[in-house]
Amino acid sequence: DTQEKETISPERAEEAKLKAKYPNLGQKPGGSDFLMKRLQKGQKYFDSGDYNMAKAKMKNKQLPSVGPDKNLVTGDHIPTPQDLPQRKSSLVTSKLAG
Amino acid sequence: ADIISTVEFNYSGDLLATGDKGGRVVIFQREQENKGRPHSRGEYNVYSTFQSHEPEFDYLKSLEIEEKINKIRWLPQQNAAHFLLSTNDKTIKLWKISERDKRAEGYNLKDEDGRLRDPFRITALRVPILKPMDLMVEASPRRIFANAHTYHINSISVNSDHETYLSADDLRINLWHLEITDRSFNIVDIKPANMEELTEVITAAEFHPHHCNTFVYSSSKGTIRLCDMRSSALCDRHSKFFEEPEDPSSRSFFSEIISSISDVKFSHSGRYMMTRDYLSVKVWDLNMENRPVETYQVHEYLRSKLCSLYENDCIFDKFECCWNGSDSAIMTGSYNNFFRMFDRNTRRDVTLEASRESSKPRAILKPRKVCTGGKRKKDEISVDSLDFNKKILHTAWHPLENIIAVAATNNLYIFQDKIN
Repeated sequence: DTQEKETISPERAEEAKLKAKYPNLGQKPGGSDFLMKRLQKGQKYFDSGDYNMAKAKMKNKQLPSVGPDKNLVTGDHIPTPQDLPQRKSSLVTSKLAG
Repeated sequence: ADIISTVEFNYSGDLLATGDKGGRVVIFQREQENKGRPHSRGEYNVYSTFQSHEPEFDYLKSLEIEEKINKIRWLPQQNAAHFLLSTNDKTIKLWKISERDKRAEGYNLKDEDGRLRDPFRITALRVPILKPMDLMVEASPRRIFANAHTYHINSISVNSDHETYLSADDLRINLWHLEITDRSFNIVDIKPANMEELTEVITAAEFHPHHCNTFVYSSSKGTIRLCDMRSSALCDRHSKFFEEPEDPSSRSFFSEIISSISDVKFSHSGRYMMTRDYLSVKVWDLNMENRPVETYQVHEYLRSKLCSLYENDCIFDKFECCWNGSDSAIMTGSYNNFFRMFDRNTRRDVTLEASRESSKPRAILKPRKVCTGGKRKKDEISVDSLDFNKKILHTAWHPLENIIAVAATNNLYIFQDKIN
């Protein structure tokens, strides 16, 4: 009599774990969405109109410099690339979302 | 100190360059061996430091361009000066590093402190004399190769003709002439007409060490293509295609991700090439495309941790690999500041650790072992105790001697083999 033992490979076991945690996970991990995210590293949003308007005003009067809330970027305050809050690209879905 | 992002010895091994996340390059030079102490081999000390790249902002695309140095490649030395190429995501720069140990004194039109002399007060002419001065090492940018890459540059490689080099981003490879900065030739373009059809990206590229017409590039799907520039101007069609057949029954969600090749390096002989994927290092014979000739497991115990490694993004870490000078050994990094070395002849391998706690200067490194299950022996470390933030992604091997450079986050370790 034969003894059938189902041994799942460690990789498959890990895959099952991942799918249990994120049931909406797409079938194809490499796929254009995934690669597009990879290609878009470094995207930050920045309003150049705001920036240039504020820079022009600066010539005439002193504008308040970065206040305690660095995340607040409005038209009168000169945003610089360094002040920009880290913002995840809204075009790309998380790799874990459906 | 910033996170080191690339490490590279020059052709003689006397110079070692590191690039970091802050865009700085630090070059170390090996000290001449001291005749008074015949057993002390040359140590590496800082030779030059300079800011290679600055952060930039592409206003049109709202893209921040990181100043992180992705790769440094040395040019073969042709005169007293040293030249290297350094690149960030978008721009490659050729740097000249030269020594100045003489200074001219006795100028006619200016004083020793630089102030201009009143020309009407000058009544006699003198000839400036060269006087020795303290050694000064100067780095100056000689060429800037910009605006040729839409995507992020992952590789640069100097050709054996010493006149050209290639730069590769996720979708394209360009060929440059070292003297010409305003144009480059596109030699590989894998961008699909419709980006939704995108299935793989270029992960690394390198010129053959002797055949100036040949180069290879690796992909995120675990394949390597060898191209011959004599066959056509655009090398979209490969001459050779290297891929190990996959066992379809073992395919999983992770298969493609862990097969992605993070580095490809030709052997010094030019007969072989080595690829690094997430869990292993493979040696390929250029004459055999259907499978590698050697496969070395770097950290197979991670296969049962892939779920959490995917969640914390570690599964996307890009490890590099390198050959020793005689191609008899290969080295690559792992986690927990561990790095692995494999002897191709004896098939022996060793795991060592690059950390201050585990090694005092001049002490011999103790081999490490990861316990994969069952009872943990003394001195072994269990897989769950590994620190995945301590990754060794960049290593380099001296071209002639058994000296290795290992970058552990923001520390550089240089190890030599024991002198008898």
